[in-house]
Amino acid sequence: MTAMLEVAGLGHTYQAKDGAHRAIDGLTFTVGAGELVCVVGPSGCGKSTLLRTICGLIKPTEGGISLHGNEVHGVPDDLAVVFQDYSRSLFPWLTVQRNVEFPLRRSLGRSARRARAAEALALVGLDKAGGKHPWQLSGGMQQRVAIARALAYRPALLIMDEPFASVDAQTRFELEDLLLKVKRENNTTVLVVTHDIDESVYLGDRVLVLSSSPAAVVADLRVDLPVHRNQITTRESDAFVALRGEVARLLHVDRTAVGTPRKVDNEAAVAAKWAEAERAALLEAQAQERATN
Amino acid sequence: MTNFFKRWVVFVGLLVVWQVVTVYTDDPFFPPPSDIGEAAYKLWLSGPPDKLFLTDVVYDDVLDSLTRLLGGWAIAAVVGISIGIALGRSRTALEYTGPVLTFMRSIPPPALVPVFMLLFKIGSFMQLATIVFGILWPILLNTIDGARTVDATKVETSKVFRVPRVQWVLGVVLPSAAPKIFAGLRVSLSLSLVLMVVSELVGTDNGIGAQLLLAQREFDYANMWAGIVLLGVIGYVLNSLLLVAERRVLGWQPKQEHSKPAQLATV
Repeated sequence: MTAMLEVAGLGHTYQAKDGAHRAIDGLTFTVGAGELVCVVGPSGCGKSTLLRTICGLIKPTEGGISLHGNEVHGVPDDLAVVFQDYSRSLFPWLTVQRNVEFPLRRSLGRSARRARAAEALALVGLDKAGGKHPWQLSGGMQQRVAIARALAYRPALLIMDEPFASVDAQTRFELEDLLLKVKRENNTTVLVVTHDIDESVYLGDRVLVLSSSPAAVVADLRVDLPVHRNQITTRESDAFVALRGEVARLLHVDRTAVGTPRKVDNEAAVAAKWAEAERAALLEAQAQERATN
Repeated sequence: MTNFFKRWVVFVGLLVVWQVVTVYTDDPFFPPPSDIGEAAYKLWLSGPPDKLFLTDVVYDDVLDSLTRLLGGWAIAAVVGISIGIALGRSRTALEYTGPVLTFMRSIPPPALVPVFMLLFKIGSFMQLATIVFGILWPILLNTIDGARTVDATKVETSKVFRVPRVQWVLGVVLPSAAPKIFAGLRVSLSLSLVLMVVSELVGTDNGIGAQLLLAQREFDYANMWAGIVLLGVIGYVLNSLLLVAERRVLGWQPKQEHSKPAQLATV
């Protein structure tokens, strides 16, 4: 299997007013073409930093990323992202169809765009909702629109940031199965960031377990479950239960290995600090970009 | 129909009361509404059929006033929205210009009429300048506010999909800011009417404001009141038209809620 995404020695340190925050530390892994890799880690561990560096939104302070062999500088041309917050990432002033077409405008003519969008909407089971506005749909359906938008873009790599964290459990199962179906049929390469252990095992061909901040790869587990998975039978199979136990233990071990168990409020404070540092860095990056334009 | 009735019953009621009171008191300064209506008809609607029954006063004064009002508003809208979007998306530029903008908008616009009279001489250009300068700020500040607060996820979405610059400005920033922009446009439209009248009161011998002043000086109080009524009607009609346009443009909003005009302190 050829590597679609290669992350080598990736590290990032945010410079904040009260010192430096190390978000990720020496991350090295690959994602093969057509593979679905899940990244799990404790909350606030730097998952979103990892994601933003792969997207080219943040320039990492160390290491490098390459996508199908090309080193990534800035936002790659053929990468799509599905964000957790569908209500914010979709454009409420555009219809569903036009939302899906929006990123295609720069590369495709009108009719080609239409066809591509219709095809993607059919793939996620929304072929009849094209004329509606996103806010007229349920949360799960809105996230389907976001998935369709990403698929219509035909990315070399599809990145999903906690894609199903904002929908109810029933819808989450539906969307997980939809993702697996789409990935099988289109041979899409997918990187899913999640904090849900069960989800990572259910979806992934591989699961990358990250440590708490600064994030480092604790384990790279191969998921030996059948290609066709089922929400009930797969989840009760011995292999699934064993794997999810292993992932949970890895996450837990990491937590106790750091030393004395930290208080929850302390963790929350750390996470908040991180989020702030990240925001600051993002703003700075935007300012720099504007300055160069 | 009942809705229509509800909306207008108080208005008509007040009109009737006003009629009764003015007829009863017979004060020359306060002619009854029926006299004002008659004066308005003679002034504006008694023209020949080939001029759509409108009088020359309509074509000379009212139309000139409307042209200045709408022309000034259109210029302010174009300037305010384009500069507002540029400033709203640039933190640095906004930091430099913020205090200047806040100061400028704090100057009561009519205070600048004498300055513009000096600069441009009395006439249409001075009036236009007064209107544009006076009404620019609500549009500009609201646009800045709207453009500045484009949702972070939408910013990242556009970046990740490498949305080109023009598409980003017209397809993401402008629609994001549109509710705020319309709030600014509404404030500016009513301000535009005010400044049109003020500039005509001091500036010229033509226009609704000038006619109003003339009628007052000639003790023609029915005509003076008719002018005031006409200004009210113009304001009402223009605001209604803008609301219709706004509902169309912002029809995508989940709820038809109008965003409030931005506060001074936000910049």
